[in-house]
Amino acid sequence: MADAVIVVALLLVAASATVAVATRDPMRQALVLAVLGVVLAVLFTVLQAPDVGLSQLAVGSALTPLLLMLAVRKIRRRGREKEGER
Amino acid sequence: MTRRARLWVLLTGGAGLAVLLVAACLRLPHFGGDRHPYGDRAVHASLARRTANTISSVNFDQRAFDTLGEMTILFAAVLGCVVLLRQTQDERRARPEPADVARPVRRYALLVLPVALLTGLYIVAHGQLSPGGGFQGGVVAATALHLLYLGADYAALERVRPVGRYEVGDALASSAYVVTGIAGLIGGTAFLANTLLPYGTFNTLSSGGTVPLLNAAIGMEVACAVVVLLARFLDQAVEIEEESGR
Repeated sequence: MADAVIVVALLLVAASATVAVATRDPMRQALVLAVLGVVLAVLFTVLQAPDVGLSQLAVGSALTPLLLMLAVRKIRRRGREKEGER
Repeated sequence: MTRRARLWVLLTGGAGLAVLLVAACLRLPHFGGDRHPYGDRAVHASLARRTANTISSVNFDQRAFDTLGEMTILFAAVLGCVVLLRQTQDERRARPEPADVARPVRRYALLVLPVALLTGLYIVAHGQLSPGGGFQGGVVAATALHLLYLGADYAALERVRPVGRYEVGDALASSAYVVTGIAGLIGGTAFLANTLLPYGTFNTLSSGGTVPLLNAAIGMEVACAVVVLLARFLDQAVEIEEESGR
């Protein structure tokens, strides 16, 4: 039973990680990364590492996507300003 | 060096690494076993010092010096961010316009904010008892504050978040960790040694000697560091603009 849960969690991680690599738009990629963070947290919890799972949940699914999205927003805004000058 | 020679060097190095990795993996304990030589010793040491959460005992007692290193890495990374993302001469600050927030988003954000903040503080406070600790709780509490940006707007977030004070808090918490370590050196046996304080009653908030103190210092450090980090990124994304005509 526990093995089945581990296998399902591993498959979910593999699937969402593949989607994260295949997504080309950085904004969407950040969102997929957040999903990957949640799935990884589930995997760590299933593997009896709730401490690591909590870190992963806080950093991987909230902080990293947020920083990525803010960075992308800054770059896009700069691009728009440059186009406005032309 | 020719391309061919470089390829050979790469292949030799790669093959050596692969052999070492396979040899190391063959001697690993089996997957999912319930006994592990290091795990057993860590649990024993943690119970001897009446720390209920063995992971916290490893982080803040048995490997407290490693945690000092990790804290320094985070501190240095945030310091680097503050220096790199500062407002330069050819940039100016533009007040962001108050944004319209959809009603359900506002309601949800303002409802979840206190719950998330409390959860973060709970995780920090119970780091020595249940899963979690200063790092996890600090990140949760710091990101919870930013729900105000979702629910209201940037000006509201800036009012509850004076960045200067969080920068001071970051530095103070980092020093508190080192000072606790030095106290162990002066009053006890070694730097960061957990021999100074009574171990207390098992599974209570004050159990574990210096573990709750170091845990709280890390919680404060991480929360302040994340707030400062996000503030710099938000400044760049929302407020700071390049001077036009350059």
